[in-house]
Amino acid sequence: MSDLQEIRDTFELFDDWEDKYRFLIELGKDLPPLAQEHRIEANLIRGCQSQVWLVAEQNAAHDQLDIALDSDAHIVRGLSAVVLAALNHKSPAEILAFDIEGLFTDLDLLQHLSPTRGNGLRAMVAKIREHAQLA
Amino acid sequence: MSSNSIRTDFPILATEVRGKPLVYLDNAATTQKPQCVIDAISHYYETQNSNVHRAAHYLADLATTAVESSRDKLAEFINAPAREEVIFTRGTTESINLIAGCLDSHLQPGDQILISHAEHHANIVPWQMLAARTGAQLIACNLLDSGDLDLDDFAQKLGPTTKLVAIGHVSNALGTLNPVRDIVQMAKAEGNKDTLVLLDGAQAVGHLSVDVQDLGCDFYAFSGHKMFGPTGIGVVWGRKALLEAMPPWQGGGEMIRTVSITESTYNELPYKYEAGTPNMAGIVGLGAAVDYLNTLPRDELQAQEDKLIAWTLSQLQQVPGIRLVGEPRQRIGAISFVHNEGHPHDLGTLLDQQGIAVRTGHHCAMPLMDHLKLPGTVRASFCLYNQQDDAQRFIDALHKAVTFL
Ligand SMILES: Cc1ncc(COP(=O)(O)O)c(C=O)c1O
Repeated sequence: MSDLQEIRDTFELFDDWEDKYRFLIELGKDLPPLAQEHRIEANLIRGCQSQVWLVAEQNAAHDQLDIALDSDAHIVRGLSAVVLAALNHKSPAEILAFDIEGLFTDLDLLQHLSPTRGNGLRAMVAKIREHAQLA
Repeated sequence: MSSNSIRTDFPILATEVRGKPLVYLDNAATTQKPQCVIDAISHYYETQNSNVHRAAHYLADLATTAVESSRDKLAEFINAPAREEVIFTRGTTESINLIAGCLDSHLQPGDQILISHAEHHANIVPWQMLAARTGAQLIACNLLDSGDLDLDDFAQKLGPTTKLVAIGHVSNALGTLNPVRDIVQMAKAEGNKDTLVLLDGAQAVGHLSVDVQDLGCDFYAFSGHKMFGPTGIGVVWGRKALLEAMPPWQGGGEMIRTVSITESTYNELPYKYEAGTPNMAGIVGLGAAVDYLNTLPRDELQAQEDKLIAWTLSQLQQVPGIRLVGEPRQRIGAISFVHNEGHPHDLGTLLDQQGIAVRTGHHCAMPLMDHLKLPGTVRASFCLYNQQDDAQRFIDALHKAVTFL
């Protein structure tokens, strides 16, 4: 699991889109795949061109949400890795307080959060926040 | 005439994307508009706007004349035998819904509506709804591996209970040009004697000269925005005798002759099917698009486009990991492909970063994607203003994109 600060620092070094997307795709490749049993309809996030699966569990012992994400598209996996670095193993309060738009603006990836992109990133974040609200 | 000089007719093609000139290869979704169409719409609002057919005043006459002269242009554009057979709609989707909405009495339980697995959702869902209302059954003709219709299967599925056939002239997802003239003949010969045939011309009108009399179909549906005209306007052409026999679709102003609280009598064609104030500026803009196309050597331009597509296909096959989806006998406009590692969405994003506009996804043809067992494809679609430079930059960008995956 990549550390968010590490991701921010690496993105700082990039001055063109190519390095950035190569890194994003690498992040995606490093993301552990979701077990087949979790890649089911019930865990699919709607409204995505690529398939995105989300499993979130409340870890009461640590007051945190444990999240796993996966996608059949490389770039969406990479974006998921960024989301996980920001939100995974955090308390519901921390998740709800986190400025994800700010993060994606800093990384110059905000366009991927756009509802028109159809990549499911926005729906993914909304779903995580929903879990945090219920926790 | 070269597409080079045509390009300058389309102001939006000068757009830069992240500092790079735009390469627009999403023409199957919508084509760009030439300046003359944009001007016609402004001109309409600046000098002619008024409600049509209603008032006896100067502007109303201008507006009515503008709208009705567009109808004449459209009738000529598809060689309709009569101008009143040209019904203005919002586009292909509304055109097909209109026809499907008026054929309840044509169908009985046990009858069949025959489509194909390659249809756009607009040529599937309205028929499903009609089938659900009438107890008819919707069935689909298989495809060959090439993406062509399996005409043997089509022939087999035609029978005395086939009351309606609805097929796309050109597939938006694969670019297949279907042998629609033969299909109409087969449907009329081997189907029921009153088998009706609707052709979805959405992807054809921007590329081909369409002659509804030569095609022999009963209904032909298309959208203005895919033939360099404005959005929100389209046409359904139908045979006069059928349109006269069919019930009206939407009720309201314009479509009536007399109204009392208990009953109404309906207006004559085409107004019977044009309830409410029409999209007048759209109609005028579409007329301007027809005028524009009429100034161009369309056959010559289509031949150039076909050559560009052939070149692109040959280059695509040399890009590592790329596989074409659909290799139809005759192709118009679109090329679909996938990569053996990356998702279509990955390729779309990596191409977009390089200023190349293509479409990724199911292209509103989920049954086709199920049939192909693919989550979607990348589709590059061309039209008359695309040139070698667009194709070259697309191929270069794709070569670069696949190195990421
Ligand atoms: C083959 C085909 N049919 C129908 C449609 C629907 O057209 P519209 O959205 O303009 O109504 C499209 C457009 O995507 C199409 O490509």
